[in-house]
Amino acid sequence: MSTFDKIPESYEESLTEILLRLADDRLIHGHRLSEWAGHGPELEEDLALANVALDMIGHSSALYRYAAELEDKKDEDHYAYFRDDIDFKNVAMVELPKGDFAFTILRQFLFSAYSYYLYKELIATVKDEQLNGMLRKHFKEIQYHLRHSREWVLRLGDGNEESHLRIREALQELWMYTGELFEMDGTFKAALSHGLFVDTTSFKTDWEKLVFETLDEATLNLPEKDQYMFSGARDGRHTEHLGNLLAQMQFLRRSYPDAEWK
Amino acid sequence: MKPVTTFYTKDQIWSILEEVTDPEIPVLNIVEMGIVRDIIIDHEKVTVQITPTYSGCPAMNAIENEIHKKLNERKISEFQVKTDYSESWTTDWMTGHAKKKLKDYGIAPPDKTENSDDFLTNLKGSQKIVPCPYCDSMDTNLESEFGSTACKSQYYCNNCDQPFEHFKCI
Repeated sequence: MSTFDKIPESYEESLTEILLRLADDRLIHGHRLSEWAGHGPELEEDLALANVALDMIGHSSALYRYAAELEDKKDEDHYAYFRDDIDFKNVAMVELPKGDFAFTILRQFLFSAYSYYLYKELIATVKDEQLNGMLRKHFKEIQYHLRHSREWVLRLGDGNEESHLRIREALQELWMYTGELFEMDGTFKAALSHGLFVDTTSFKTDWEKLVFETLDEATLNLPEKDQYMFSGARDGRHTEHLGNLLAQMQFLRRSYPDAEWK
Repeated sequence: MKPVTTFYTKDQIWSILEEVTDPEIPVLNIVEMGIVRDIIIDHEKVTVQITPTYSGCPAMNAIENEIHKKLNERKISEFQVKTDYSESWTTDWMTGHAKKKLKDYGIAPPDKTENSDDFLTNLKGSQKIVPCPYCDSMDTNLESEFGSTACKSQYYCNNCDQPFEHFKCI
């Protein structure tokens, strides 16, 4: 599916779209995290970021595999390696370059908090047994990601002058990408009518409460609510960063499509 | 010509699968870890249902390959390994015996999982205490939520001055 495709109508089309959107967010975010491997500020954090990356790529892989079954594609690699930027439906927040550690951690916190509430609602709504099982499984791991990133937001915000400055700048940069997390477009509304998605605006206040309480505890100024919000990535209109990420991530597989690990 | 096949009962297949261990924690086999969910024998065709432990666990591929190897060795020609997500794996499925083996191996075993409704309340509360697998001291600190593999976190024992790993409860 890409920008020029129609909104899915049938239950099955909707299910595939939801699987792909959830998976795209997690694959791209996981890839950005994987760029930290060997570059973490300390060994424990190097391992932690690589572990979270592994979890998120693992989540996307299970979701893609299920979509591949529904769409009769060979496997999950079809979606990860053989689609172009316009076909990816992840939010822009996850494709932004990894930045410094403060930026990576704050993005993780904002996104994990969103995932926490989204998955909680989805688990209570989605009837499809396989998808629901995956969500329940991933939900447990999301809790680890949320706890880990939240603690670092507190430590950096309430740390020294340098760490405070860095996370403050990260917040200024990231905030305009949070609006997209709660957008309900035609595809989501169609999925909602099939009981395959939830109304994201229903947990926006909970998300804001958790985020604002944490930022406040981290001695950071709260962002202004009415500011410009980026939009369009869910339709395939991405920032210029996704193309670069895909070029790196997909290069080997596209150059040697039949290569195998030996 | 049809290849020579041997027929096994369900119980026999369960015990063959006990020979497959987790490559990252070789003291545990996949049956006592609760990875093998079911074995279905339909006529001569064997289906082994497994469920992944941690989503990003690279050991799952190795485990699947090892199941194939063991069943091939026994000349079971018609079988498939299916990953089932309908129930999500929890450390509560690990047998008591398995938990003891983990502790003897130097990994603090998981205890009972908490109700996830308590998560947000616990987010701000204190960390739970994990006893040291070497000296059983309760005087331990969490060093990192993430360890050498997806399933473990890192702790330090202040009593015997040993770092140790804890199998996360999920």
